[in-house]
Amino acid sequence: MTQSRRFFRPFALALATLLLAVAALLAWAALAPVALDSRDELFEIPKGTWARRMAGDKIEILPSKVQLTLGANDVLLLRNLDDVPQIFGPVLIMPGQSFRLPFETVSENQFDCTAHASGQMSVSVQAMPAPGLARLQWRARRLVQHSFLSGYLWKN
Amino acid sequence: MKRLLFAALLAVQSLLHAAPLGLKAGVFEPARMAPDFAVRGSDGKELKLSAFRGKLVVLEFGYTSCVDVCPVSLAMLAQARKQLGALASQVQVIYVTVDPERDTPERMRKYLGAFDPAILGGTGTPEQMAKVRKDYGISATKKMIDGSKTEYVVGHSSFLYFIDREGKLRALLPYGRTADDVAHDAAILLKN
Repeated sequence: MTQSRRFFRPFALALATLLLAVAALLAWAALAPVALDSRDELFEIPKGTWARRMAGDKIEILPSKVQLTLGANDVLLLRNLDDVPQIFGPVLIMPGQSFRLPFETVSENQFDCTAHASGQMSVSVQAMPAPGLARLQWRARRLVQHSFLSGYLWKN
Repeated sequence: MKRLLFAALLAVQSLLHAAPLGLKAGVFEPARMAPDFAVRGSDGKELKLSAFRGKLVVLEFGYTSCVDVCPVSLAMLAQARKQLGALASQVQVIYVTVDPERDTPERMRKYLGAFDPAILGGTGTPEQMAKVRKDYGISATKKMIDGSKTEYVVGHSSFLYFIDREGKLRALLPYGRTADDVAHDAAILLKN
């Protein structure tokens, strides 16, 4: 009995530490104020996009619904790094040019967008999430949006 | 030493130029020349965009039969011009039609006069207007009204384009913003 306790003690300790760390992380994510490095939410058209489209490659550059948060990431920044002009969301952007659109109110914005099959894209500007579950969900969603899953989610 | 001073001055100048102006509108970086066009004005004369160098041009696309977007937007622009006071004389609002088949210069003059007689309309042949729309990335889609074989509506882009005194396309304001926003941005762009 004593021997088995001695055997399991390090594992129990590690598990307790892990649970504590997860709890601390969740508490931080739920309560810490939102402070991003930049308020820009950047979408770029990479160089060679037009050529790839012409070759039949169906590339999604911009999600049909963009979610912004007032006071956190409330500036839509569109950048065309390709060699040809692009209709990017609501605007025609020349090669090497960027377009920076700030939002100042909670709002739902519909724009014409030829890049999407529906011909529409929407920008949803939401209020800063309150501390607690809402802020935790906001951080989780942002983590997913900025991970490798984002491309998959745009298309589905 | 002089070279160093000159380089420092240039660096400061470029930083100042790149500094955000605090516009409510979306801003292009770098700003490029706005595509020029020459169409028929609602005053019966030629309307050439480049002839307005020295003024701030606020460009809108729409059509006189529009029942929702254009009346709201034009009333807002008229209000913004009032708010600008003396500066309004340095701002030219140009309303370019996306429905040249119906919008004659005379029809546009009457329509725009109800909002603000200083607003100029632009129309032309369907080919001319299609070229202008293409240059600005404007979408305009005709849709027949149910039960009618002749009447239609045109779904169209509804942004306002700000073209500065040098003819550069500087900013774009989405539909739904206020007269305060337009007056605010116009005042800044007239100084910068």
